[in-house]
Amino acid sequence: MSDSSAVHGAVAEVHPHEHPSYQRHHFETIEQQFDTTNFAMWLFLLTEIMFFGGLFTAYLIMRNWYYPAFVEASHQLNVGWGTANTAVLITSSFTMAMGVWNAELRRKGGLVLCLVLTFILGLAFLGIKTIEYHEKWEKYHIPGIRYSESAFLNPASDPEVHKSYPDDKPLAPDMAAHTEMYFFLYFAMTGMHALHMIIGIAILGFMIFRARAGAYTTGHVTFVENFGLYWHFVDIIWIFLFPLLYLISRHQ
Amino acid sequence: MSAPTIVSLPDQSTARIPKVNFLTKENGLLSWLLTGDHKRIATLYLISITFFFFIGGALAGLIRLELLTPQTDLMAADTYNKVFTMHGVIMVFFFLVPSVPATIGNFVIPLMVGAKDLALPKINLLSWYLYVIAGCMAIYTMAAGGVDTGWTFTTPLSTHYLNTHVISTGLAIFVAGFSSIFTGLNFIVTIHKMRCPGMTWFRLPLFVWSNYAASILMVLGTPVLAITLVLVVLERTVGIGVFDPAKGGDPLLFQHLFWFYSHPAVYIMILPGMGVISEVVSTFSRKRVFGYTAVAFSSVAIAVFGFFVWAHHMFIMGISNYAALVFSLLTMLVAVPSAIKIFNWAFTLYKGSITFETPMLYAFGFMGLFTIGGMTGVFLGSTGTDIHLTETYFIVAHFHFVMVGGMLMAFLSGIHFWWPKWTGRMYPEKISQLAAVVTFIGFNFTFFPQFILGTLGMPRRYAAYPPEFQVLNVFSTAGASILGVGYLLPILYLTWSLKYGAIAGNNPWQATGLEWQIQSPPLTENFPAIPIMDHEAYDYEWLEHEQQKEVASVG
Amino acid sequence: MSEQARHENENHEHHIVSPIIYLAVGAALLFGTGLTVAVSYIDLGVFNPIIALGIAVVKATLVVLFFMHVKYSTKLTKLTVLAGIFVFLALIGMTLADYISRAWGRW
Repeated sequence: MSDSSAVHGAVAEVHPHEHPSYQRHHFETIEQQFDTTNFAMWLFLLTEIMFFGGLFTAYLIMRNWYYPAFVEASHQLNVGWGTANTAVLITSSFTMAMGVWNAELRRKGGLVLCLVLTFILGLAFLGIKTIEYHEKWEKYHIPGIRYSESAFLNPASDPEVHKSYPDDKPLAPDMAAHTEMYFFLYFAMTGMHALHMIIGIAILGFMIFRARAGAYTTGHVTFVENFGLYWHFVDIIWIFLFPLLYLISRHQ
Repeated sequence: MSAPTIVSLPDQSTARIPKVNFLTKENGLLSWLLTGDHKRIATLYLISITFFFFIGGALAGLIRLELLTPQTDLMAADTYNKVFTMHGVIMVFFFLVPSVPATIGNFVIPLMVGAKDLALPKINLLSWYLYVIAGCMAIYTMAAGGVDTGWTFTTPLSTHYLNTHVISTGLAIFVAGFSSIFTGLNFIVTIHKMRCPGMTWFRLPLFVWSNYAASILMVLGTPVLAITLVLVVLERTVGIGVFDPAKGGDPLLFQHLFWFYSHPAVYIMILPGMGVISEVVSTFSRKRVFGYTAVAFSSVAIAVFGFFVWAHHMFIMGISNYAALVFSLLTMLVAVPSAIKIFNWAFTLYKGSITFETPMLYAFGFMGLFTIGGMTGVFLGSTGTDIHLTETYFIVAHFHFVMVGGMLMAFLSGIHFWWPKWTGRMYPEKISQLAAVVTFIGFNFTFFPQFILGTLGMPRRYAAYPPEFQVLNVFSTAGASILGVGYLLPILYLTWSLKYGAIAGNNPWQATGLEWQIQSPPLTENFPAIPIMDHEAYDYEWLEHEQQKEVASVG
Repeated sequence: MSEQARHENENHEHHIVSPIIYLAVGAALLFGTGLTVAVSYIDLGVFNPIIALGIAVVKATLVVLFFMHVKYSTKLTKLTVLAGIFVFLALIGMTLADYISRAWGRW
């Protein structure tokens, strides 16, 4: 860090101590910079909590109003894929946390490996989501665009689901119409979540390049740490989406 | 016979604007468009919001012109709907919400906490760009034919019954919302993490406390507006029915989500203005603010309570009686911290050495008009009276009293107060005092009749009205033309002052506060050395001591 | 001045969490996932949603405390997290309160 006093000529008079080259001029110490950006990231996550909050509110209200429709519609979701996705995302949170640890210990190889694993797991999550969405498309469960209530007016017409949920009764036509609301909220919530995953994966791709160039293993772990916060937050959203959409309505 | 004044300017024959300051440090368009300097960003914001203020103001002029006569003769009813909608959208989202925080707040908060810049300068610049993008989208919407849902986008009208540009307006507000979020986020982080040594929380100027409280609201409330707008856009495009009764949705769900932000939004708008008033009242009574702790905590209390009262906008919309009861009670509670502030300012004035420079005139206007507006808010918070008064001109008068009589006056007070610091020049005092008085008179003529119209039963958002309401409407429009003059004058003389105003020097108001101890305009890095705060806020003895030291050290 | 700032800012140690903890938390999360899926197959009536959300809250808490380092963070960070959760619950709670109380009739 011997170049810092040459680069920050005038500032060095005011700050006789050396500071790392990645410290911005308006911060007094690198700890202040780290604390500040960390706090800023947490505040951003608060905005994300409130952003998803609106969707959770809508879901809880509509489920309360149209309980039979929501129960039967949720039976169309494959618990196996949902569980697999949850496991994938939890593992990716683990690899992300390990990535931060590697960055803190300045282990470039470990960091890159962890970031790559997180990246792959993220893609795996999206892949499984694609399979699930495709299945919805095939079965005409895309609200507003390609929707059929036949599976709810007559559960026997959908043998796969009917086998897992033999107690599902045919819904009255007006209640069956509300199953579309369920799928709208399903796609809105998982879609918004998937959008956040896509953004995260894109940033991960960028980070892998920078990590390989050694950008995060010089002691400047802020970016990795703060991105880790974002990634864990997206995981937490899914931790709640999974039971709410897939699990709580399995029985009448 | 000149009125007493605390203005203390340097000798004009020898005074010069400091050669090196944030305005002259770098030149060229890119140095402005890619700046990280909070003061330059504040200047960019000031220009942008002034632009939108005048568009919103022109729309207000059109509204008042139409309402001169009971018939819809100036414009078709549909057009009138578009005019008041765009007036509301622009004034709320593109003027009031960013007004004090993004201009004065951006400029002054780092100076007040003793920092070189805000915590996140690039996010600050991003915030301005988002504002500009949102503004362009709003202008596009107007050019493409406008939207006529009312600024509150009430469903199912906005989702199912109109063919106007709801989606583009919704997206414009979405983007503007993120501009607001990033400003608030920046302020919270700066105030927590960038205070200079010795600057404890209770030595901060009250302007900082107010902006801190408003920033909490921005960060936690605005995202809910964002998701609400997304749902409206999805409802209009895909047609799901979450707000459509015919498909089993609930229009009230929209309103719950919308007002969950929009009520805190009114506190986002007023709190920074209250912060300005604290600074101005203290400076122009030469007295520390009475009950500093109470004012500081009341700002935070307004922010916290402000989250729990939103359904008072929905009393007649179909919420349950029990919910109405709870929200009404909480609304009564939220009035208390605001009243505490008014009391504290009044006690600050008591036995102070009051002078009547322009910022103080606007502050007096604020205190009177905000009190009236706030009290009428309490009438509206009581469900019984609200049933009669809601959706009438009483509501229109109420929110214009608090927003225009309150917030806009506070904004103008702040602009005049910090103008010397910002530009290094004083505005012309006499004409600005005249403008303040003209504004006050015009405001009262415009909006006081509207309280009467409301109690008499004239509904809001109507282009045509029963003829018996015409006299009061004509009064109101006459007042609006006076008000318009009052708002045009500052543009003219403030622009004039940029070239011909008296040189202000460091501390023309002899105010306490770190921002007044540095040059005007400030250096890009604000302070040559990071200050150490060793005295309380509003410490006029300390200031006197400093001034004596200055005199003693010459020669 | 710089010394002062450094002392103020080094109030919290930049604690490096050990991979053992991460492993343990990760395992607990996966176990929790399996548990919540298994319990969902049993019909417990009204307790199904309660248990499922309860397990989700525990999992989320583990992620927040350990993966996101909140357990080792400043009081400010902890307060920030709590503030977010509080306002989130206020939104959902008070809105739902309106919807649920509509069924109670008009007084």
